[in-house]
Amino acid sequence: MITTDTLRDLTVGELLERWPFAQSWLAERGAELGDDPALDLASTPAAAHFEDLSAFLAEMDAFLSSDEEQVDEITVVGGVDKDGAPEPVGELVARLGEVICIVGPTGSGKSRLLADIEWVARGDTPTGRRVSLNGREPDMKWRTSSEHKLVAQLSQNMNFVMDLSVGDFLALHADSRQAADPEAKIARIWEDANSLAGEPFALDTPVTSLSGGQSRALMIADTAVLSRSPVVLIDEIENAGIDRQKALDILVGQDKIVLMATHDPILALMGDRRVVINNGAMIDVIEPSALERANLDELRALDDRLMGLRHRLRNGERLDTVE
Amino acid sequence: MKFVTVSGPPSSGKTAVILKTLAHLQTAGRKLGVVKFDCLSTLDDDIYQAAGIPVRKGLSGALCPDHYFVSNVEECVQWGLDEGLDVLVSESAGLCNRCSPYIRDVLAVCVIDNLSGIDTPRKIGPMLKSADIVIITKGDIVSQAEREVFAARVHRVNPRARIMHVNGITGQGSYEFSTLWEDGAEVATVEGKRLRFSMPAALCSYCLGETRIGSQYQMGNVRKIDLEAQADRQQGAPMTGPEMTGPEGESR
Repeated sequence: MITTDTLRDLTVGELLERWPFAQSWLAERGAELGDDPALDLASTPAAAHFEDLSAFLAEMDAFLSSDEEQVDEITVVGGVDKDGAPEPVGELVARLGEVICIVGPTGSGKSRLLADIEWVARGDTPTGRRVSLNGREPDMKWRTSSEHKLVAQLSQNMNFVMDLSVGDFLALHADSRQAADPEAKIARIWEDANSLAGEPFALDTPVTSLSGGQSRALMIADTAVLSRSPVVLIDEIENAGIDRQKALDILVGQDKIVLMATHDPILALMGDRRVVINNGAMIDVIEPSALERANLDELRALDDRLMGLRHRLRNGERLDTVE
Repeated sequence: MKFVTVSGPPSSGKTAVILKTLAHLQTAGRKLGVVKFDCLSTLDDDIYQAAGIPVRKGLSGALCPDHYFVSNVEECVQWGLDEGLDVLVSESAGLCNRCSPYIRDVLAVCVIDNLSGIDTPRKIGPMLKSADIVIITKGDIVSQAEREVFAARVHRVNPRARIMHVNGITGQGSYEFSTLWEDGAEVATVEGKRLRFSMPAALCSYCLGETRIGSQYQMGNVRKIDLEAQADRQQGAPMTGPEMTGPEGESR
């Protein structure tokens, strides 16, 4: 968000680099910026217009990135199970910043639930579910427009197939999104991805030569920053080479609603709630109990122990003892 | 009867997408049929048959499969009507990027896959440009970023099309796609209807079985690459690729 304080800290050059159109806007108001890009903006006639200017720039940024109505809440109203019986969970609400886990055996209907959300079901899918956004009947653009996709997806099977460096790859993505301030976004993604991955990588590393953990880290950071979809669907996050808690924090911090299909106890307990799916229906919504949350530390310790063993194997050690 | 023409490059997943989509219509009790066009041989008819879907196949042999398609499509539509089908699907051979077997007022679907490279949407001609619905496949194995970039490239080439992601293996998106088939227009005949775009053109000595190479053997509709003009253009910018304006271009 651009405030009058942001503007006070800028030089003329910094302002025009990011918002070149600010010059003509100010000129129309008789506030000439002069020729010295190093000049503090606050010392120019522009200072008299800071309030209007910050609002104008915010509006332009929103327009340029086509920011739409923020999706703060998704509600799934229950339909029927595979036998046509009413769905036991009548309503599932997922709010901005929440991580909702989805658990259930293969073929139980997890994919259908996610598909109902993506297609903003209106009682017109096999489950008869209805999906509303911010408590209202959703706009049909979520179904029809390729620019407005409700759900971004990340899964363990996904790979980068383009033969580009990390920097070029992100620039290409930013360009296709017409993202405002692409350099800053690319830098941000790269930093975030490196903070998630165990081993650092450079902007000129080819995406196809990234390790599994690095790839996943880059996909998560990229989706968080550049994807416009308000919902991120994750199909498990592998346990190796990536800080999973931080990955969820990055997504949630970028105003996403995270849905995560997982059977990993640590991931499942990191979620705010978990939905249990069976026979095509949501049969329960479980909020992790205090006991469960307390167990998280123990699970992490177990996990660390396993990771330690992997590490020892990698270094050519024997596992005669596993303590 | 609803009639859907499905086209797309080789191995983009046309058959898999059609099968997954038809399965939903089958469950809904619709009577379905497929006409598969191909060039030399196809096993797709066995696949449809195994799924319990009546199928007819047409092998074009030495002819351009697109020309073969348009010469036979009315008969295929009448077959579908005789069988009392609710939905008839035609699946093109999908051999060249110049294919364009779409008919005005008949639902036109192009199937293209994420792995084909981000410049592919630009390279494919009327098959992508004049489709009503573009189905992008193989989305489960590439990153979200690549899916978004690819869809944006498709959108740039055909801004009017509805772009959907369908997975031919898991069927993800196929139910949603099937609802658009139900919304398609009723077709009682294609007699008198027009193609959306002209077919690839050819009428030269090679069409008639000539096998020898050389200008003296070339007769009829023959076009040459202007290599000299390209050499001139390239001198200024040796690193950029030549702009091909050969027979595969659309300069007509």
